[in-house]
Amino acid sequence: MIDVLYFAWVRERIGLPKERLDTGAATVADLVSELRAREERYEVAFADLSALRVAVDQQLTTFDAPLAGAREVAFFPPMTGG
Amino acid sequence: MAVRVEAAAFDPGAELSAFARGRTDIGAIVTFTGIVRDDGGLRRLEIEHYPGMTERAIAAIESEAVARWHLHDSLVIHRFGALAPGAPIMMVATAAPHRGDAFAAAEFLMDYLKSRAPFWKREVTGSGAAWVAAKDADEDALGRWQD
Repeated sequence: MIDVLYFAWVRERIGLPKERLDTGAATVADLVSELRAREERYEVAFADLSALRVAVDQQLTTFDAPLAGAREVAFFPPMTGG
Repeated sequence: MAVRVEAAAFDPGAELSAFARGRTDIGAIVTFTGIVRDDGGLRRLEIEHYPGMTERAIAAIESEAVARWHLHDSLVIHRFGALAPGAPIMMVATAAPHRGDAFAAAEFLMDYLKSRAPFWKREVTGSGAAWVAAKDADEDALGRWQD
């Protein structure tokens, strides 16, 4: 089981901030493929990966990152702090 | 080194006084305060963040600053939630023996906070609300700190 978190417009498009998934995805990209196949709202949110960032266990990473042992994956737009 | 991510308003002047109090080994303090700017029609700025990762990301950026420059102390305060135009959003303070280190470290902290700390801004105006898009210039600013 893995917690998947969504922030900002990704959260709005998917319609929830967090969900717990039972997935066999080996990488972040595999997880994205699984999600996109689920429902239209995921397809819309993940349509352009260049507009998204991902963190695994609260560390920024890339879409080819492995998910083995990961507890938490978060998807969000480029950050706008400061 | 201190990181505070909080909804409550803060007083930049009081923070500076508290940061400097009781220290005699500091020759220079640089502070930066970010303010909610109204370019016309802004009702409020809403800031979302990723609790847990936010604190970790800022602490990592602070550690990097300490490794690069001769700093005695640093402070990062960043608010989240709904903020009114004119309100302080965030503040960075750096304390060093000399001003060069304090200025450079403050700029480094700001550049990284802009695009590596998980905050997202949403502007609410009379005609609706929109997420603020990240600027290429903010990403480009990180380039000058890379070897």
